[in-house]
Amino acid sequence: MSRAAGSARRISRAAGSARGRRPSWFGALLALALAVALTFLTLPVVAIFVHSSPGELLAALGDPAARDALRLSIETTTIAIAAILLVGTPAAYLLATRAFRGRALVVTLVELPLVLPPAVAGIGLLAALGPNGLLGGALQDAGIQLVLQTAGVVVALIFVAAPFHLRAAQAAFAAVDRRWLEASRTLGAGEARTFARVAVPAALPGLGAGLALAWGRALGEFGATLMFAGSFRGITQTAPLAIYADFATDFDGALALSAVLVAVSGALLLSTKLLTHDALARA
Amino acid sequence: MLSLALEAQVGALRLDLALAVADGECLALAGPSGAGKTSVLRAVAGLLTPARGRVVCGGETWLDTAARVELAPERRRCGYVFQDYALFGHLSAWRNVAYGLPRELARRERRTAAIALLERFGMAALADARPATLSGGERQRVALARALAARPRALLLDEPLAALDARSAAAAGRELAVLLRELQVPAILVTHDFAEAALLGDAVAVLDAGRIVQRGSAAELAAAPASAFVADLTGAVVLRGRARRDAEGLTRVLLDGGGEVVALAAHAESGDVAVAVHPWEIALEPAGSAPAGSARNRLEVEVTSVTALGNRVRVGLAAPQPLAAELTGASAARLGLAPGARAVASWKAAATRVLPR
Repeated sequence: MSRAAGSARRISRAAGSARGRRPSWFGALLALALAVALTFLTLPVVAIFVHSSPGELLAALGDPAARDALRLSIETTTIAIAAILLVGTPAAYLLATRAFRGRALVVTLVELPLVLPPAVAGIGLLAALGPNGLLGGALQDAGIQLVLQTAGVVVALIFVAAPFHLRAAQAAFAAVDRRWLEASRTLGAGEARTFARVAVPAALPGLGAGLALAWGRALGEFGATLMFAGSFRGITQTAPLAIYADFATDFDGALALSAVLVAVSGALLLSTKLLTHDALARA
Repeated sequence: MLSLALEAQVGALRLDLALAVADGECLALAGPSGAGKTSVLRAVAGLLTPARGRVVCGGETWLDTAARVELAPERRRCGYVFQDYALFGHLSAWRNVAYGLPRELARRERRTAAIALLERFGMAALADARPATLSGGERQRVALARALAARPRALLLDEPLAALDARSAAAAGRELAVLLRELQVPAILVTHDFAEAALLGDAVAVLDAGRIVQRGSAAELAAAPASAFVADLTGAVVLRGRARRDAEGLTRVLLDGGGEVVALAAHAESGDVAVAVHPWEIALEPAGSAPAGSARNRLEVEVTSVTALGNRVRVGLAAPQPLAAELTGASAARLGLAPGARAVASWKAAATRVLPR
């Protein structure tokens, strides 16, 4: 986001200096391309807020179905993100700092869900963890029921969102100066302490960006959740599913819920970025 | 006492050497880049595992590949000052230093102890500064304070002055020399600069392609280099040619590219050799001047460069092999030396050493 703003500033400067001398058709072309992209990408978001007045937003929040959906979205994404952080961060650290045979293959495999169509992800989850799936029997024996359950929503969210965090965290750890890690070891810190005290704090902005991306992706998750967990109000109907269920019958209500979801996503993204930057400034 | 014997393959380089450094002694490991200097430090610190080797410090075995002993870096407690200092960018100066302090220290004592260490290097006022805002010299002092905070059993310094500009390097070098004299632990300092090795090392070991080719005091190395490689490293002029013994018992060396040099060689060298002479032994005379005085070696030369170094001038010459003479500024001005000028370079046979190539 800040990068886009930066390039916009740079382009306007280029256009400005071009105006001083002679009109540069290329500078104008770049500015035009950005203007088109910006308009196209922000128009739907702007339209949502133009359509729903603050009063309608509040009314939408008053609707119990919408409230359930929002609550469920926030709960499931929070659990999913916690699991992603807990397992994904050390895994990304390993991928970023150790060389081993087949590393490139492992990296590709963990990023695979990024390019899977959501419907394929849903089918895959059913085939793996559904009642007749690969691990279905084992899960059943353990008394774990995922399909059509809130737990299933969390599993679907983790599956689609984790690669975003893994990828960003891996890049962030790879960018940490190797010598910092070595210096930490010579100063008496073991591997675990070096990870916690040097690698994670040094990679924090990148980790925060990955977290925000993964969270945003989890909040918007639709296809895999629908196929794997279904759309039952209060149990598996997250906000995107509720919007889909509503929009044919109650377009204004769906619109208002969308506006709330945009606001929540935006707030999460912003606070994640602010928090990681603050933590860095305080250290 | 730190003693080590290593055999390791690092990329294309084969490292094979043994060293011993006494408590309180600083060994300067000198050599060109790619000679394996940093790899030696890494192996001592435990950041590199050699194929075969033994590292013993203060009676404790850190590494013994034969006995399958290998202590992790954090258990060896080496004070390692990295070439670019490797200060943690996300921590302030005092927190960088406190990172190395023994962990049993209470939270409140850590800051006090870290500031006390920074104070020793004149850095207490900048305790809260981030490394990115510090100058090269300031970073070096924080890095030293941090290395000492862990009460190291050996100190390893990788090109500690290389990241500094000439003026801060001179000041930092003097401070470092004082510190190294005070320290009671063995220290190894890595440098590509012989002058730095001479200033900071009690002894100098010259490393070439993974092997130690000569070890001695800096004065010994400069006076009696064992090879053309060592002579070149000490800053001597090294000329290549073919040697033969003459009737007087002198060694005559016919230089590659023309010219002849006479030397008083202790033992007969013949065939392909190098001759070494220090730049300050070489006198310059106007071109075409008649031989006068005792200097037996006279070469027609062309001036290629004139560089002022403090109160002296280093004159680059081509004969046609490159050599250099060092004169006072006044002499250089009197002779009117400028690139392109012609002159005669002369020095005594007794100042000329013949070395194997």
